[in-house]
Amino acid sequence: MPQFFQIQDLGAITPELELAVFGMFLLIFDLLIQQKRRLGYIALAGIASSALFLYRIRDIEFSAYGGVLSLDAFSIFFKLIFLIAAALSIAISLRYLDIERENHGEYYALILFSTMGMMFMAGAVDLVTLYIGLETMAIATYVLVGFLRSNQRSNEASMKYFLLGAFSSAILLYGMSLLYGISGSTRFVDIAEALSRRPVTDPISLMAMITVSAGMFFKIAAVPFHQWTPDAYEGAPTSITAFMSVAVKAASFAMMLRIFMVALYPLRPQWVSIMAAVSVMTMTVGNIAAITQSNLKRLLAYSSISHAGYILIGFIAGNATGITAVGLYLLIYTFTNIGAWAVIVALRRRDVIGEHIDDMAGLFFKHPAAAVLMLIFLLSLAGIPPTAGFIGKYYLFAAAIETGHNVLAVIAVLNAAISIYFYLRIVVSMFMRDATERTGLTSAPGLSFALGIALIFTMVIGIYPDPFIALARQAVVAGF
Amino acid sequence: MEFFRQHILTIVAFWPLAGMIVLLFFNKESKGLIKVWANAVMVVGFLVSLPLWFWFDRNVSDQMQFVENFTWIPTLGANYHVGIDGISLLLVLLTTLLGPLAVLSSWDAIESRVKEYYVFMLMLQAGMLGVFISLDFFLFYVFWEVMLVPMYFLIGVWGGPRKLYAAIKFFLYTLIGSVLLLLGILALYFNYPTIAAQHPEIAAQFGPGSTFNVLAFQAIGPFLSQTFQYWVFLAFFVGFAIKVPMFPFHTWLPDAHVEAPTAGSVILAGVLLKMGTYGFLRFSLPILPWGTKHFIPLMITLAIIGIVYGALVAMMQPDMKKLVAYSSVSHMGFVMLGMFALNPNGLNGSIIQQINHGISTGALFLIVGMIYERRHTREISQFGGISNVMPVFAIVFLIMTMSSIGLPLLNGFIGEFAIMMGALQEQLWWAVFAGSGIVLGAAYMLWLYQRTMLGKIENPANEKLADLNMREIVTIVPLIIMAFWIGLYPAPFFHVLDKPVNKLVEKVRPDFFQGAPRLNAEQIGAPR
Repeated sequence: MPQFFQIQDLGAITPELELAVFGMFLLIFDLLIQQKRRLGYIALAGIASSALFLYRIRDIEFSAYGGVLSLDAFSIFFKLIFLIAAALSIAISLRYLDIERENHGEYYALILFSTMGMMFMAGAVDLVTLYIGLETMAIATYVLVGFLRSNQRSNEASMKYFLLGAFSSAILLYGMSLLYGISGSTRFVDIAEALSRRPVTDPISLMAMITVSAGMFFKIAAVPFHQWTPDAYEGAPTSITAFMSVAVKAASFAMMLRIFMVALYPLRPQWVSIMAAVSVMTMTVGNIAAITQSNLKRLLAYSSISHAGYILIGFIAGNATGITAVGLYLLIYTFTNIGAWAVIVALRRRDVIGEHIDDMAGLFFKHPAAAVLMLIFLLSLAGIPPTAGFIGKYYLFAAAIETGHNVLAVIAVLNAAISIYFYLRIVVSMFMRDATERTGLTSAPGLSFALGIALIFTMVIGIYPDPFIALARQAVVAGF
Repeated sequence: MEFFRQHILTIVAFWPLAGMIVLLFFNKESKGLIKVWANAVMVVGFLVSLPLWFWFDRNVSDQMQFVENFTWIPTLGANYHVGIDGISLLLVLLTTLLGPLAVLSSWDAIESRVKEYYVFMLMLQAGMLGVFISLDFFLFYVFWEVMLVPMYFLIGVWGGPRKLYAAIKFFLYTLIGSVLLLLGILALYFNYPTIAAQHPEIAAQFGPGSTFNVLAFQAIGPFLSQTFQYWVFLAFFVGFAIKVPMFPFHTWLPDAHVEAPTAGSVILAGVLLKMGTYGFLRFSLPILPWGTKHFIPLMITLAIIGIVYGALVAMMQPDMKKLVAYSSVSHMGFVMLGMFALNPNGLNGSIIQQINHGISTGALFLIVGMIYERRHTREISQFGGISNVMPVFAIVFLIMTMSSIGLPLLNGFIGEFAIMMGALQEQLWWAVFAGSGIVLGAAYMLWLYQRTMLGKIENPANEKLADLNMREIVTIVPLIIMAFWIGLYPAPFFHVLDKPVNKLVEKVRPDFFQGAPRLNAEQIGAPR
């Protein structure tokens, strides 16, 4: 029996602690500093210091706090994704919050707290730790979604997100309690062992699996648990939508990987068929619904639903390629999607809401660079080479073919082909329509920085993906 | 020089891309400079590709030439692996020839957004060349998809009234085909190590691990199971048949052609369609020999339907460009018929006919474009008696009409003759249907010529039309020279094709050279 607390355990959570400390200092500095943008820089410094420490402990394999928190390549890989997503989200928020007249210090602190929750989720190998991480992330995000106090849509989105989020957490918790009941332990490995000793058709195991899955599907916005997504994504401040669509989603998938590939692995034959159905529905519904949207935020919300459907293929394949594909796809999706959202954030100006597809009309004539960047991000989302999105999709489809899920692969690729239709609608608007007086962009150093980083990685991963594939593969081999 | 010789394919393919990157830094207002630069890049691109023709060793039978092979993504087993044989040599040269002509033909036609136009033209050129030189399936797929984007923009920005519809239709159709193709590629990729493990000679040559090497896939072809070949052939079929296009996947083609700007149509008909037939030749046939033979009845039927249906629909078209577009469907039917006759005559004819189609249909689209620039209509009923005011144009149009029909002494005849011989060798009725296609082809082309060029000028708008200017003559003359060259002395072309075609036949029909010169029903569907 490992000792419950050792002094080294603190080292394992130092990156998280740094975020927490910076977050709390931000709340204090908020009272002292009038220039709220400076708080954003402090938050970025916090993320940088956390990332730096993460880099220094990158090779350490360590099971902390009596084995409830695992420090391994898997958790470090995902923590890296969260930190990148948080940093880019803050970068695109700086000017945006000024325009919305809601630049407050709490915003940056909440992003840090939320990221900290995610980092615990990625490291957790124990139900309670996992759940606390999840709620830390979720509660901070609920507040962020409703951050535009005077905006009705933001409030509505926050309320909806909170209610459904709480509901799904309760379902998840119910499943977790069943798992605890079955195994008498909250640790994933013990749960897996207990489940494997029970008969395959054991109703309680199945019940636990189904409720846990339902809760998870809520979190990743899989069909039929996706209804909250378009509303929440549309109402939330655009920078937070970007944050949710990459960081929160990546955290949910990290948690799903640990639960399904470790704790629930003995029930794999049962959950694979459920997940295959959910995956097919998710990508199809997401893509078809996106076709008819003319609000950019809703369009990208449905697009992100369909991407969750693709990622589920990695779970269904379930082999090394499949899980590598999940990690790789999330890494790529982080850069590409933040890039696309950054352009939409830039559409918001003092007097223009800038969410309608027509607000992009003729963007190429006024801001050619931004339009070309958006084109590249959209092609990457659609999976056209030589962008990173192609590598991600390639890996997922490869996993499906490798494990013999041919029908699923066919459905997935046809979906990928359909998706080009609505991505090209944005392209048509940007390149083939005349500019109107509403066409225009905010420019800010933070936005340019985020766009530049997103562009570099979208292209580099697309043309020379080798180191990134190796990184994702290494993470997977460590985790499972 | 040695460096140039070793990397000639890379230089040929990436030269337009380099030119494009330089072009990005031009001021978009200096249109003259942009045009000169784009034309210069294309012409130099052609000149750079010419040594391929002279350095190509025609006596080497089973090796790719000018090969370059570098590791690209070791974790996936994807390499930067390029090389050509006689088949790709001709297609590469066709591309580098048509590229400058298409760009030159746009000189006056494209007035808006000039810089972007030439950027996309150069990007497209690089993508197409990449497709023809790739020997790595991953690399091939990247090029294959990359060139969709510039073509989409060319149709969508500089196209006709229904350009958006045509552009998205083109993109969606091709993409659906491509993604299924990707699944086929993946299936091969994961099957290779298993088969290589059973056949040490393959593992010794291409390595035991996963690879995208097309030559390795060709080596395992005979050992792939029938079910596997069946499904992968279908996946490849959808991918390539949409591009060709074969009936019933052809519906994107008339829309894309009619809406595309002239240069877009020239490239589309001249080169892009060949990517589909090239796909069949390079991948489907040698990698999936059983699947190829199994699907002969289907392929021949679709090819023949394409020939007859394309010709009949072409005859009824009131719009010149649409007529030429449907004639493409018919001509590509010939190409497919010759290919799936699976004998040297048929395959030789099929490949020569691809080149011919690029030359004559490319030229016909240029011709339609020239008359459109003068009259801003393509309605056949708007014209008549044009030969009175545009004599040079009339001669050019006549030569290309004859070339398209397949008149002896011109290129079309050579290809069609070889295809007919190939078809006759296998089945009499294949040749009968193909022959009816030739008759119909003569009918619609001659009728088109008669209605537009002959007789008296009835429409007053046609009375003052200017004849071709120097630039237009320069655009079309190379194609006329090529048409006569292939028509009068095709031997150099057949010489280039000789070895690779025999090798291909040997791969698909190992018994062909051992005294079984005809496919029979049993052979077509017989289990191994």
